[in-house]
Amino acid sequence: MNQDIYVVIEHLRGQVADISFIMLAAARSLAQGAGGQVVGILLGHNAQELANNLSADRVDYIDHPLLAEFSSDAYILALTEIISKAEPRAVLFGNTSIGSDVASVLSVKLDLPLVSSCIRFSSDGKFTSQIFGGKIMTEGTLPEPSALATMIPGGFKPEEGQSAQPPALNPLSIEALDDLRVKLVNYVEPEVADVDISTESILISVGRGVQTEDNIELAEELADLLGGVVCSSRPIVDQGWLPTSRMVGKSGKKVKPDLYLALGISGAPEHVEGISDCENIIAINTDPSAPIFDIAKYGAEVDMLDLLEVLIEEVEEAKEG
Amino acid sequence: MKIAVPINLVPDLVEELTIDDSGTALDMTWLRLTINEFDDHAIEEAILLKEANDAAITVLASDQEGVDDMLFTAIAKGADQAIKIMGDFEEGLNSHALARIFRDVIKELEPDLVLTGVQAHNDQDGSIGPLLAGYLEMPYVGYVSGVDLQDGKAIVKKEYPGGLIAEMEVTLPAVLGIQAAEEPPRYVAISKVRQAMKTSTIEEREISDLDNSGGPVIDRMFKPEVGERAIMIEGDEEEVATRLIELFEEIGVL
Repeated sequence: MNQDIYVVIEHLRGQVADISFIMLAAARSLAQGAGGQVVGILLGHNAQELANNLSADRVDYIDHPLLAEFSSDAYILALTEIISKAEPRAVLFGNTSIGSDVASVLSVKLDLPLVSSCIRFSSDGKFTSQIFGGKIMTEGTLPEPSALATMIPGGFKPEEGQSAQPPALNPLSIEALDDLRVKLVNYVEPEVADVDISTESILISVGRGVQTEDNIELAEELADLLGGVVCSSRPIVDQGWLPTSRMVGKSGKKVKPDLYLALGISGAPEHVEGISDCENIIAINTDPSAPIFDIAKYGAEVDMLDLLEVLIEEVEEAKEG
Repeated sequence: MKIAVPINLVPDLVEELTIDDSGTALDMTWLRLTINEFDDHAIEEAILLKEANDAAITVLASDQEGVDDMLFTAIAKGADQAIKIMGDFEEGLNSHALARIFRDVIKELEPDLVLTGVQAHNDQDGSIGPLLAGYLEMPYVGYVSGVDLQDGKAIVKKEYPGGLIAEMEVTLPAVLGIQAAEEPPRYVAISKVRQAMKTSTIEEREISDLDNSGGPVIDRMFKPEVGERAIMIEGDEEEVATRLIELFEEIGVL
């Protein structure tokens, strides 16, 4: 048992994910209090260069052809071995398509408690996590003596987990990784879209509050008047009302427009991930406790459909006048 | 082909959430529960697979207020069997406990595939899908938005950021965490749910002991600090629209 904080470095197609840096920053804060080191775990194939800008005291690196692409089975086998040998104070994973596939399984396999959706850690070993769609925060102590945790962005900046000084690289070998039950077949590239919302400067974004597919036309009308485009939160895309290329958030695009008008969007953490760099968020929602109001610059508690009708008229007048 | 779909009810986020006197949990008194939206997608994906591959679907849930309606709705949509797991769940179930109560029943069912929602908004100690995969020693893939069955294998679409999809081959039996079904969850008329209530039964299974280990102890539960909130524009839609025009001009988009 030791006081080190381990971070499972997430990377995809040769790029370290931002959440990895965020976790390293969080790990630094925890390690300072615990008196341990920050150790990155990098699993990959010919991927040692990915360690170069990680702000860690040491990076344990396993190079294996079967780790070239993410496979939950391969990661679980490798991490079981590393974590059970090292017995660190904590191991951090992203609450992401990679981290979430392995953290819970490892909690069972290693019989270690797990804390989900942590946004902050303090040096005294306390976590703050965000649940119920961002409406509720919880606080507690990371279970002793050893625990797993998944992290969401928002509490630390990726830059805080980067370093110009490459960390010490510690190559590790691993027992057989044969007979994997989960394997990558291939990647399917995102559909080529008519617009790239990540580069648009005016975004009119709709959420569940739009109620019906037909009402999206109102948002389109406003977007056309302002020279912007319509995008949305996940439920609208899942309904098939807008193409995936218009989805903002965790599985969709990260956007940075001059204006982000959020209409009928509650602001769940998955959506907020995509707009955390937006400066001018204006949120319209009838629910005063919608978490979107916690990150918006301006907000109003009116019905988005009632507002759209009036707003379209007023924008038309303003443009004529 | 047998498909097990463990599902769960969660607080409806449309309702006001209140923290109870202990300051560490939600006040459940007036809380309205609704099906975890991702579990609804898991049911839909199971039914789509049944339509394409002739599968038998078993839905499972723990005993809670509203659970019968949820299970009968799943039957009305196309599930073949519904199991309600009974026990003393007064103190609440964390994700580990819920996964453990599903484990034994699912083991008996010997399914080829376990489909469940990729997450629930009240997950504090991991999600049901990967926890179950751990307990059942099955492979797991989450963030799934499409499943294609081939003999002994599933080819699944796994979502990565930015709209990237990875097609993964998974050996069955396996647990899949469904992010979105290939079609929006179907609507089912109340009359069909009532009919399901008359013509089908929910099987009950007893769980003797409840084990809530595996998660953290919560010292404090609170709402995000108000100081960080947006400047609220008061008034009706006319007044809000007028102010928005000013803001659009200030930002330089009009």
